[in-house]
Amino acid sequence: MIYAYFGVAIAGLILAAIRFSIGPTVSDRLVALDTMTTITTAFLVLLGLFFERYIYIDVALIYGVLGFVGVLTMARYFEGGL
Amino acid sequence: MEQILEYIGMAVTSIGVIFLFLGGLGILRMPDVYNRMQAGTKATTLGAVGTIIGVGLMHPEWFFKTSIIALFILLSNPISSHALARGSYRIGIKLWQKKKIDAYGEALKNVKKEEEAD
Repeated sequence: MIYAYFGVAIAGLILAAIRFSIGPTVSDRLVALDTMTTITTAFLVLLGLFFERYIYIDVALIYGVLGFVGVLTMARYFEGGL
Repeated sequence: MEQILEYIGMAVTSIGVIFLFLGGLGILRMPDVYNRMQAGTKATTLGAVGTIIGVGLMHPEWFFKTSIIALFILLSNPISSHALARGSYRIGIKLWQKKKIDAYGEALKNVKKEEEAD
């Protein structure tokens, strides 16, 4: 069951990564990066379930916070008003 | 009782993972930036919250911290998508050619007219 979770989540991640690499404008890439951050946060929690380690939950929390701050900063920067 | 909680957690996690996949598919297939933003933020918000809460239901001793992560994602994803949409409109990325309505552009025009009238 958990391998099915991994497969479906990685398929979504790969589709977002394709858009990240071919996106015509910078906003397309940023939206794809935001999606990849959210999917990776959920994927780290799934990894914690797979390895039965509680520390992955902390890693997912910190990754979510830092990814949110990064995407917000880049959006403000490309708008021109950092 | 724990068995029942584990089955409920597996069902919720399955729904969440499917929505994560649909978010990635929408990012790839939608026609312009704003439509992609709808798919990429709304679908993955539901997907990530479902996945994380489902794992918390499977391991009840982890439920507190997983619900903190889910609450944070629920609060932070709309903020980042709002900043992205506003930024991409301001740097002049066009809407899709088949669009019917552009409410933000009309509102900006009205603001400019009022400033000129003053």
